[in-house]
Amino acid sequence: MRAADALFKSLEAEGVEHIFGIPGGANLPTYDALVDANLRHVQARHEQAAGHAAEGYAHASGRVGVAFGTSGPGATNLVTAIADAMMDSVPTVFVTGQVRTDLIGTDGFQEADVVGITMPIVKHSFLVTEPQQIPEYVHDAFHIASTGRPGPVLIDVPQDLARQEIEYSPPTEPIELPGYKPSVEGNLKQIRLAAKAMANSRRPVIYSGGGVILAEASSELRELCAGDNFPVTSTLMGLGAFPANSPQWLGMLGMHGTRAANYAMDEADLIIAIGARFDDRITGKLSEFAPNAKFIHIDVDPAEISKNIPAHIPIVGDAKAILPKLTREYRAIQTDSERLDGWWGRIHAWQKGYPLTYEPGQDGEVKPQFMIETLHKVTGGDAIVSSDVGQHQMWAAQYYGFNEPRRWINSGGLGTMGFGLPAALGAKVARPNEEVVCVTGDGSLIMNVQELATAVTEEIPVKVFLVNNGYMGMVRQWQELFWEGRYSGVDNGSSPDWVKLAEAFGASGLRCEDSADLEEMMRATLDHDGPALLDVRVSPRENCYPMIPAGNAARDMVG
Amino acid sequence: MQATDLMRLEDLEAHRSYSDRKHVLSIQVENRPGVLARIAGLFSRRGFNIDTLAVGPTSDPDISRVTLTLDGAVHPIDQVTKQLHKLVNVIKIRDMEPEGTVARELALFKVSAAVENRAEIVQFAEIFRAKIVDVSRRALIVEVTGSHDKIQAFESMLRPHGLLEMVRTGEVALARGGE
Repeated sequence: MRAADALFKSLEAEGVEHIFGIPGGANLPTYDALVDANLRHVQARHEQAAGHAAEGYAHASGRVGVAFGTSGPGATNLVTAIADAMMDSVPTVFVTGQVRTDLIGTDGFQEADVVGITMPIVKHSFLVTEPQQIPEYVHDAFHIASTGRPGPVLIDVPQDLARQEIEYSPPTEPIELPGYKPSVEGNLKQIRLAAKAMANSRRPVIYSGGGVILAEASSELRELCAGDNFPVTSTLMGLGAFPANSPQWLGMLGMHGTRAANYAMDEADLIIAIGARFDDRITGKLSEFAPNAKFIHIDVDPAEISKNIPAHIPIVGDAKAILPKLTREYRAIQTDSERLDGWWGRIHAWQKGYPLTYEPGQDGEVKPQFMIETLHKVTGGDAIVSSDVGQHQMWAAQYYGFNEPRRWINSGGLGTMGFGLPAALGAKVARPNEEVVCVTGDGSLIMNVQELATAVTEEIPVKVFLVNNGYMGMVRQWQELFWEGRYSGVDNGSSPDWVKLAEAFGASGLRCEDSADLEEMMRATLDHDGPALLDVRVSPRENCYPMIPAGNAARDMVG
Repeated sequence: MQATDLMRLEDLEAHRSYSDRKHVLSIQVENRPGVLARIAGLFSRRGFNIDTLAVGPTSDPDISRVTLTLDGAVHPIDQVTKQLHKLVNVIKIRDMEPEGTVARELALFKVSAAVENRAEIVQFAEIFRAKIVDVSRRALIVEVTGSHDKIQAFESMLRPHGLLEMVRTGEVALARGGE
């Protein structure tokens, strides 16, 4: 068969059921083979969106997301999604077309060295130089993308090679990658040390990150905490791994985290970091981060350990393998069950003194926080929520309250505006029976608004809840707080009429300008049998608090 | 918290390992296109500086060896090696201990050599066990191999005579002993 047909056979052998992409000249053989392939292709309207959809698919399902683009501009359009997947460790495989081998290096039409361009932002990449490499590369790519610390893998397929005939047989031999052997199990001696440190601590905090979700270790985390009443805080990427409705949960930590979480980190004597990487949005000023704490750091990527904060007890491995062992070792130690009472007293005082709160809106004004709370109410709190990037993202993270993993999908590391809508599409394709909503802002949505066409054409009934304040809100907030109110480039001015825009794409559109109507309009939007958008006019100058100004310490929180 | 349970802060800092010395990393990589670009790209992306770099085949045709040197006072050596390890094509990395290592560099020096100083240059070359590999009326090319320091020393001897051009390969290194 043709190598292009073998490509799909290989994808099917990996269990791929859905791909996202756009055809072009250099991947025509692939799209020809797609006609006979046994999987669903979702035709995006921009390759960046195809890539984010693949990410959303991976986030929602835990499976590898796959996106296709052609050579040159198709491939460069994928770059943002690839970088995003790298920063958030999203298991993804990107397949790009490349110009014919005799044209490579000649500045041919739609040629770009995508392997070179993406080298700093992929976990690994393959340039196909012989057509019979394709099955092996696909096999390797899925293995690399989904194991160890997950990430994006790129396969670049020259057009002429995709057309050549090869003998296809499914790869049966075990994967042989001499330089790739992720550690999974964790060193038992270190785990014992960690258990002992936990038993001896008086002011511990569990700091759980996106890695817990990637490792499917949410129940193992809950089990560890059930043994004792450890306080737990989560990163933006880790929301849902530990239930937001648990009395042990302190809320999110970091720049827009709760005071209880950030102050607890600040005063902790022991921090148990699990699948979290001490990002600058968490630590603020490094030298003043958790000054009294010793650190246990559990991560599958050894390079994360002691990268930013030196770990006293490093444990390299997969959270799913390590946490049960840690729980066992911890339970084997006789601990004084009242030793955390004083610590909880202190935490409860913070929780009581500084709850997440906002001024209620006057005269029908819709406060964005109220909007998220209402969304929680109408969805029963168990929708899959994708967000874009900005104030609305932080409000959604603060006020929605995620009790289960894989229900919160957003761009944490790269902070990509335009991520939300396509990611929602991918999530809905992965889990069609779940309610999938996209919480977005007017600055973000317009960056990939063309994907409403994908939603309508492909019949993917996502619901878009637009937190419309007419600004690049987070940037405006920074200019207001840290740049003396000298606003620059943040007024979105005459944004489109979002209702008409949704309707122009064939979706349903509604507008809400009064908080009294919000709940009913949200229900109408959710009940609509197809893609729908609700444009909610929120208080334009509302800011997102509390906040640790960038580069400051947790105790210097404002708001 | 019992202090005995945990590494001391000084150990941790040592673990982060800004050492004062120059490090020679010997990296075995799969012999595939683009591997050098991945390594070089990693260095530039992470803000690490490569001092010297040499690449060549090993006895196994599927494996190449990259020898690179970098300043351990500037870069935390464990972070550099861990990041390198993440490259799928990197098989093995060895941070070469100076005592247990034979490291050599090759240099060619073109030095201006008039009749009156020619004898002196030849004499230096003998002392440094260098070879005169090209002679012309006004200049000599001298080839020398040796440790980084030796070549440095030789260069400083030649420089007053008028160093016209020079080129150095970067170090290659092997561990001593039979392993």
